[in-house]
Amino acid sequence: MTNITVSGLKKGGALGYLRPATVEEAVAALSARRSTVLAGGTDLFPARVGRPCDEALLDISGLAALRGVAETERGWRFGALATWRDVLCAELPPLFDGLKAAARQVGGVQIQNRGTIGGNLCNASPAADGTPNWLALDATVELASANGTRCLPVAEFVRGNRRTARREDELLVAVHVARPAHPARGTFRKLGARRYLVISIIMVAAVAEFAPDGTIASARIAVGAASEVAQRLPSLEARLIGQHPDPSLVREKDLAPLSPIDDVRATAAYRRDAALTLVRRAIADLA
Amino acid sequence: MRSPALPHRFLVNGRDVEAIAPPAMRLSDVLRDVLGLKGTKVGCDAGDCGACTVLLDGAQVCACLVPVAQVVGRSVETVEGLAHDGRLHALQSAFLRHGAAQCGICTPGMLMAAADLLRRVPSPSEAEVLDALGGVLCRCTGYRKIVEAVLAAAHGGAAADPAAGSAVGARLVRVDGVAKVTGTDRFGADAFPERAWLTLRAVRSPHAHARFRFGDLDAFRRCHPGLVAILTADDVPGTNRFGIYPTGKDQPVFAEGYVRMLGEAVCALVGDAETVAAIRDEDVPISWEPLPPVSFDDALAGAAPDLHPHAPGNVLCRGRVACGAADSALASAPYRATIAIETGFVEHAYIEPEAGYAERIGDGIEIVACTQTPYMDRDEIALILGIPPERVRIVPTAVGGGFGGKLDLSLQPMIAIAAWRTGKPVRCVYTRPESMRTTTKRHPARLVAEAGCDAEGRLLAFRFHGDFNTGAYASWGPTVASRVPVHAMGPYRVPNVRATTAAIYTTDTPAGAFRGFGVPQAAIAHEALMDALADRVGMDRLEIRLRNALRRGDATATGQVLDHSVGLVACLEALRPRWQALRAEAEAYNRSAHGPFRRGVGIACMWYGIGNTALSNPSEMTLGLKADGTVTLYSGAVDIGQGSNTVMVQIAAEALGVSPQTVRLVAGDTARTLDAGKTSASRQTFVSGNAARLAGLDLRRQLLALTNAGTSARIVPIPGGVEIRDGERTIRPDLSRLAADANGDVLVGFGRFDPPTTALDADGRGVPYATYAFGAQIALVEVDLELGTTRVLRIVAAHDVGRAINPTLVEGQIHGGIAQGIGLALMEEYIPGRNDNLHDYLIPTVGDVPPIEVVLIEDPEPLGPFGAKGVGEPALIATAPAILGAIEQATGVRVTRIPATPDRLRAAILAARS
Ligand SMILES: Cc1cc2nc3c(=O)[nH]c(=O)nc-3n(C[C@H](O)[C@H](O)[C@H](O)COP(=O)(O)OP(=O)(O)OC[C@H]3O[C@@H](n4cnc5c(N)ncnc54)[C@H](O)[C@@H]3O)c2cc1C
Ligand code: FES
Ligand code: FES
Repeated sequence: MTNITVSGLKKGGALGYLRPATVEEAVAALSARRSTVLAGGTDLFPARVGRPCDEALLDISGLAALRGVAETERGWRFGALATWRDVLCAELPPLFDGLKAAARQVGGVQIQNRGTIGGNLCNASPAADGTPNWLALDATVELASANGTRCLPVAEFVRGNRRTARREDELLVAVHVARPAHPARGTFRKLGARRYLVISIIMVAAVAEFAPDGTIASARIAVGAASEVAQRLPSLEARLIGQHPDPSLVREKDLAPLSPIDDVRATAAYRRDAALTLVRRAIADLA
Repeated sequence: MRSPALPHRFLVNGRDVEAIAPPAMRLSDVLRDVLGLKGTKVGCDAGDCGACTVLLDGAQVCACLVPVAQVVGRSVETVEGLAHDGRLHALQSAFLRHGAAQCGICTPGMLMAAADLLRRVPSPSEAEVLDALGGVLCRCTGYRKIVEAVLAAAHGGAAADPAAGSAVGARLVRVDGVAKVTGTDRFGADAFPERAWLTLRAVRSPHAHARFRFGDLDAFRRCHPGLVAILTADDVPGTNRFGIYPTGKDQPVFAEGYVRMLGEAVCALVGDAETVAAIRDEDVPISWEPLPPVSFDDALAGAAPDLHPHAPGNVLCRGRVACGAADSALASAPYRATIAIETGFVEHAYIEPEAGYAERIGDGIEIVACTQTPYMDRDEIALILGIPPERVRIVPTAVGGGFGGKLDLSLQPMIAIAAWRTGKPVRCVYTRPESMRTTTKRHPARLVAEAGCDAEGRLLAFRFHGDFNTGAYASWGPTVASRVPVHAMGPYRVPNVRATTAAIYTTDTPAGAFRGFGVPQAAIAHEALMDALADRVGMDRLEIRLRNALRRGDATATGQVLDHSVGLVACLEALRPRWQALRAEAEAYNRSAHGPFRRGVGIACMWYGIGNTALSNPSEMTLGLKADGTVTLYSGAVDIGQGSNTVMVQIAAEALGVSPQTVRLVAGDTARTLDAGKTSASRQTFVSGNAARLAGLDLRRQLLALTNAGTSARIVPIPGGVEIRDGERTIRPDLSRLAADANGDVLVGFGRFDPPTTALDADGRGVPYATYAFGAQIALVEVDLELGTTRVLRIVAAHDVGRAINPTLVEGQIHGGIAQGIGLALMEEYIPGRNDNLHDYLIPTVGDVPPIEVVLIEDPEPLGPFGAKGVGEPALIATAPAILGAIEQATGVRVTRIPATPDRLRAAILAARS
């Protein structure tokens, strides 16, 4: 390990800053004591304005195994430390056009250069732009702990506003996307009240696989910022099968899984209304 | 407790450094506080503003989000590394030439983001520039000149340097520009000497309205060895009250058992930085008894308890202007229109949060802080400390944006008391949330207005009432209440007017001064009425404004006859071709449009009285000449980014008859300069500029008298002195035989100007301002009818500025005002306690400000310095009404609840359909 410092015990636990070089060391440290994981810091530091970081930190930025985007035998592996910029620069098929569009719209370039896909998922903000994309990609997360690794669909991983299925001794290692059976295309639509650096009022990610005749073989549509956790729209996904992408196939009742709230960014009624429009536009994008 | 400090080795601007710091310490803090590189600025510590942008292994990152442990072995580049061997980087010189740095607080971040781009993409498109700069906020420039500068740096298109010797009217590069583009300008948080390590942090109320009692503060202090003092109301040596108006000082430095707003300071912790930061407000022994908050609605309904004994019914004050018989004229007017407008709090969102330090020096106090108003600060601090004003010295730092928000005291009283009590220098820097929660805002307004005209569109009558939420304390509430009625009908000839206002206390954040003092809100109402009347009469929206525009010789509603410099007609006529072309363009687009997008064009007019309303507001300046020929302007006018340092130098130089490059500047130190009043009310160019001009003329007169030269003689600085060339004669006066004053000056020219105004009677009749600025703007917008989103595609702005002393600076003010107007119209609304950060409170980014065309109209004001008036506030007033009118053209709906956020606009579109 590099730079191990433990500054002694104070109320509530051991303190310090660890920056391990291997996953084994990292998960050992996580099971030894409660720590906050630190990746790109773009969610962690803003939550600590005006006060010191007074908790034990496990800085995972030195874990080479968590970096990069790679094609694997069964699909693609996105290391938890892959930044939005890494996603943008990776050579990926049209399946990932939505994910790339999201990467281009996360924060400004500074945030894209530092923010990681793992941090975005683990932070579990209802407005996280990654989450609906991973849902539309039917992605799986790989978690590691001292007891081994386990995989979970993203839908089971993100549980609520700032809640995930990650145990305190676990590290998110990677996100996996399986290679689809058919040629596939993705899209992403984000709505905010200004051009750059904007938290989504609503966003929609969609992925469709196409049969040889150009009709939809399967589709996954997810809406974010309209409920505690981004939601898929199963009734719409079912209706799209066998059809060409056509926005008029979208019905208002397809949005039943959403439960938007009023907040500083918009009213609940508006979110529902805008979600319908964006879902329609996302379907049109797939054509 | 944080982890102990460790050594971290990395490269900074190519140099190997070792920084000893806790590993989680933010890189921005390490650069600034450990390595002393203050060029990297901090505006939020949350990734939202981008002021801290540096390059990490060549890629732009927010230094405030990077723990120093993660840069070990890597390369960091900051603004300090841009210039080489004393030569500016191409970006830095382009920023200077294009006026891309105003206050300069965003400039280092902008430069680094741009440097990142130019290395990756040497010849970028405009779209690529926007993408690269999207993460850096600027509140001053409106971004356009920044984008121009980056493109120019990349493509090499150099703007011509102003000819040496030209003063007034020249595009002179800012006199403080090099410091701003190299990161060496010292803002509030950059100015701390090491001895000022004691840090103050206010403990603030978590309730909007409450009573409270302290527990055992002494025992609490003893538990925290790093705490030197806990200051409460009992520690205030003088009066525990401050406020703008001598009769309206109603705000305590520390609350006395009772708070009227969220975030009100109840006590302050003074100690080492780590100790005061680690203590949470909840840990301090205070027992709270929350009371029901008093909302604007409650206060207006008269149902709320009085918040201040001097304000029965929570009415702070009222304003009124009346002429003719508004009611009967309205009743008989052939065409009438009515509107009710509601606006919210708007935050100044200057990128520099409040910062400064205070030091007790003998029996006096010295305060080094960012401020717009050093002399008022001095007098208020004197009252709070109970000492005469002469024993208070205010040294303003560079100001990283003000816009009215740094006119009121913020942390100055607390650090003054702390330094006074402890005998040691004490510093304080507000966090972004603290700044937003506790400093003043634009007044939320509820406006009802009605106007009537005849069949030719001539205005017959206008009636207006505005209630303004002044929040918990008076601040500039009385200014808003008195300024708005004068301007409420817009820059039009109206024979019958009644305009009334009230400023109402609530338990919200205090509303104070913000670019326009209530006039921008009122303009939204009067311009909506002009649109409505035009439509009713069947007239073009520009033509109806032209028909009613104030002209030379017209009387305003206060009875003031405007004899000079009434350039509104010229503005409208200049805009007419663009108006017609843009309307045709929008109509063509809409005819061929399929899908949800519709375009619209709006137009709005404005006027703005320069200087204080019906109150004396003099400025004084001196211009000194040393025996060696050095000319120094002593200017108390604070440059908050708008460029007054440069303008004052240009004016003084022109009056003296020398080139501006030869004039040195000493600015804004209450010990060395005379009182030039506040940087507010768009008064500095007009009022202080006149003082600078008179000082220049006075020095010229003295110098010519000394040499018996004629009035047309030329003054030529030469090495070691000056030469007077009078026709054939050349005289070199021996200045060394004259006695020098404390500044070393042997001749001193003095200038004083107080704009001629009169008091207003009960009907608001009189001469409230010596002169008015006029302007008109066109907005072209595109609305997505299905989502309710609005994109501004173009703004065309025509402003009568009297005379543009420095056209680049004037354009910069106009661009910046327009950007703030876009924010006001479309996205900005502060909700106390809910969006006190720069990701929930949205201001326009580089992608939200469209191309801007500026037309400068120069209808000279004989009272103004070389004909100039002001432009700071006028720039933003017309923007929001023009956008709202354009939205109506595009959608058919008039948004009356401002800002027109997507949800509000969409709701209005749906309501209009059903
Ligand atoms: C100005 C600004 C704008 C932003 N804009 C957007 C936006 O438009 N859309 C958007 O979705 N987000 C946005 N964000 C949020 C943020 O940038 C992203 O969520 C980013 O991807 C977080 O990654 P990180 O590596 O910086 O996370 P960190 O801050 O390092 O970590 C975030 C959380 O996840 C945990 N964590 C991180 N990695 C792991 C891991 N591998 N295993 C276990 N736990 C882990 C941390 O403990 C922490 O709780 C913005 C942030 C800022 C500051
Ligand atoms: S200070 Fe870092 S982004 Fe604002
Ligand atoms: S110049 Fe950009 S914030 Fe002032």
